[in-house]
Amino acid sequence: MYIIESGNVAAALGVRLCRANVIAAYPITPQTPVTERLSEYIEEGSMKAEYVPVESEHSALAVCIAASSTGARTFTATSANGLLYMHEQIHWAAGARLPLVMCVVNRAVGAPWNIWNDHQDSISQRDTGWIQMYCCDHQQILDSVIKAYWLAEKVSAPIMVCYDGFILSHTYMPFEVPQQEKVDAFLPPFRPDYALNPEEPASLNTVTLPDVRIDVHGELAHGYMEIRYLLQEELRTSLAVAAEAEKRFAEIFGRGGDPYIEPYRCDDADHIAVGLGSLTYQLRVSVDALRKEGIKVGVMGIRFYRPFPDAAIANALKGKKGVIVFEKALSYGYEGALASDLKSALYEHLAGTGHLPLVQNFIAGIGGREIRTDDLTQTLRAATQSRIAKEPTWIGLKL
Amino acid sequence: MNKEFIEIRWHGRGGQGAITAAKIVAGAAFISGYLGVVMAPTFGTERRGAPVMTSLKISREKICDLSPIQTPDIIVVLDYLLLKEVDVTCGLKPGGIIVLNTPKAFESYSFKGYSLATANITAISVEAGLPHGMVNTGIIGSLEKATSLLGIDVLIKGIEEEFRTQKPEKNSLAAKIAFERTRVRG
Amino acid sequence: MGTRNYRRKTSHSENGPGDGGRTGSWRVERPVLNKSLCIPCKRNTEACFICWLFCPDVVISRTIPPKIDLEYCKGCGICAEECPTRAITMVDEAQFTEEDKDKE
Repeated sequence: MYIIESGNVAAALGVRLCRANVIAAYPITPQTPVTERLSEYIEEGSMKAEYVPVESEHSALAVCIAASSTGARTFTATSANGLLYMHEQIHWAAGARLPLVMCVVNRAVGAPWNIWNDHQDSISQRDTGWIQMYCCDHQQILDSVIKAYWLAEKVSAPIMVCYDGFILSHTYMPFEVPQQEKVDAFLPPFRPDYALNPEEPASLNTVTLPDVRIDVHGELAHGYMEIRYLLQEELRTSLAVAAEAEKRFAEIFGRGGDPYIEPYRCDDADHIAVGLGSLTYQLRVSVDALRKEGIKVGVMGIRFYRPFPDAAIANALKGKKGVIVFEKALSYGYEGALASDLKSALYEHLAGTGHLPLVQNFIAGIGGREIRTDDLTQTLRAATQSRIAKEPTWIGLKL
Repeated sequence: MNKEFIEIRWHGRGGQGAITAAKIVAGAAFISGYLGVVMAPTFGTERRGAPVMTSLKISREKICDLSPIQTPDIIVVLDYLLLKEVDVTCGLKPGGIIVLNTPKAFESYSFKGYSLATANITAISVEAGLPHGMVNTGIIGSLEKATSLLGIDVLIKGIEEEFRTQKPEKNSLAAKIAFERTRVRG
Repeated sequence: MGTRNYRRKTSHSENGPGDGGRTGSWRVERPVLNKSLCIPCKRNTEACFICWLFCPDVVISRTIPPKIDLEYCKGCGICAEECPTRAITMVDEAQFTEEDKDKE
C-alpha cells in the first residue's frame, strides 16, 4: 500500500514491521517524530514492544545494548549531539557485536548550535565499527531499516541507517509500506548465538587482557586484539552478506539494485559526481540539465559508507576522467572524509592501470545551508571543464 | 499552466494547518496519477502564529529535487494579513495564480500579471460549522476553483479521509462552499 | 595454536574458578568459617548465603556448610566483611604450615 508520509514515519513503520521488542530513545530534533510515532504504536497496541523512556542518549544506547544482550531486537534513533553523547556506547555496541539498528537523522553538530541538516554527526562516527547505510528517499529509509535488521543479525554488527534531517525526515512523499507477511518472510525472529540467561550466568566484555587466555573450560580464548581483528574481518566480509540481503529483498519485495552504489547515467559518462544521501538525487536533476548541453556526466550515490565498498566504487569509476565528490561534512583540517576514502580506493584498485581519475571535493549544505540545484549544476559544469577544486571548495558560502 | 510539473507554495501561520492542507492536495494528486508529490515544510522554525511556508511539488515523474520552490506556479495564502508581512509573490511565475483567504472585497486587490482567486474562507468555515480560525480545508475548495487542478471530488474525498475522526462532513462542507463562492480573475 | 576456532566472537567469561589462573597463591589472609555462627550451619537450612552472593570469584559454594575453594580464593575478604553474623574471619596465611596448605 502506498501512503504519503514523512521520512520519520517511514522509519517508524519499518521498525514496527520488523517487530522490534525494545525501543529506548531520547528525543532530539529532527529525530523526535520517529520515537513519538513508535511510542504511539505501542500505546495503541499496534506494536508489541517495551518502550523505555530514558534520561539521555547515552542511556538509550545502554538500554539497547543490555536488551540486545538478552536476545531482544532493539531500536533507537538520534541526531547530532545526541549521537555524539552516545559515542562511548557506540564503540561498545560494535565491540560487543550486538545487532542494534539505529536511525541517525542527520543534523549539524554544535558549536554553534544548529538543528538543520548536514552529515557531520554520522561521518564523525565512521571509525566505530558500525555499518553505515545512507538513504536518498522515504522508500529507501523504510527498506533500509528492514534490510538493516537482517544484515545486522546475520553478521553480528550494529547498523546506522542515516537519512537527511528535515530534507527527508520532515518532508512528505509517497512510499510503499510492505505487507507484514512479506517482512516476516524476509526477516526471521532474532535468534542470537548467545543471550544472557540467569540459569547460565556470564560476564560480557569485562577486562580483556592484551594477550589470549585460557578460559574456565580450559579453552584458549581471544585477547582484546583477536576480538577487534574479528570485528574488522567480519565487517569486510559483510559486504558480501549485504549483497545477499539485497538479492533476497528484491526477490520478496520486487525492489532493489546494486547493494553498494546507486549509479545514474554513469555508463558513458566522463565525469561522475559522488555523494551520500538525498543530495545525490538532487544531483540527478543537474546531470539531466548538463546532459542536454552535451556534457557527459553522471552521478553515483554511495549506499554503504562503512564497510566501504572500495572495489565496487573503483570499478564503477574505472576509465572516468574525473570524480567530483560532494559532501555535507568535513574532516576538519584536511578534506571531506568520503573524498579521502574514495582516493584511497582509486589508488588501491587503479594505480597499476596508469589511469587515475582526477578527484575534486566540494562541501555543501553545511548546517542546513540551502543547496540550490542551479548552484550544483554550475559547479558540476565547471568541474568537468577544468580543475577548480584543489582544496575542498565550499558551495554557497557567503564570505 | 504546465500540468506535468506544478509547484505550489503555501503561506500560513503556525498552527493554521497549511501542512495538513498541502498534504491533502498531495494525496489527491498521487491518487490522480501524479507519481511525484513532495511536500516540504519550512524546516525547524514553526511557531504558533508566526508566518510559515510549505512547498508542494506535483509531477508526473518521481521528484528527485527536494530543495525549496524558487518559482511557484501557484501561491496559496491562508491569511490576508500575511500580505503585509511576507513577500508572498516572490518568484511567482508570470501568469501565476494567487489563492487568497480574505474578508476584503475581491475588487480591492490588484496583482498585476497574475490571476487572483479570493474567498472569505474564515467566514465560510464558521458557516460550515467549524471552529473560528479553521481555514485549511476551505482553502482547498478555493484552490481547486482557481486551478481546476484535480477536480473537487477527489479533494473532498481526501479531506474526509484526513479528518475522518474530526468532523469530516463539516470540513468537506467548508471546501464545497468555498468552491462555489470563490471569485476568480484570470 | 591460535583462537580462530574459539566458540565466541566477543569477550565472554563464565562464572567459575579458574578464569584468571590459580589465584589461591595470591592470598595473604585466608577466610576461615566458624560454623557455630554461620546461619545455614546453625539452622541446617538453605539460607543467607550472603558470602556466596558477594564472592567476586565465585569460589564459595551454596551448600551447608558453605565451602571455600582455596585453590582460587584470592583472600580479598569481602565474604568476611559481608557476613551478617561475622562467621568468617580473615586469618594470616603465615599461621598455616605448608603441610596445612597441601591438605586443602
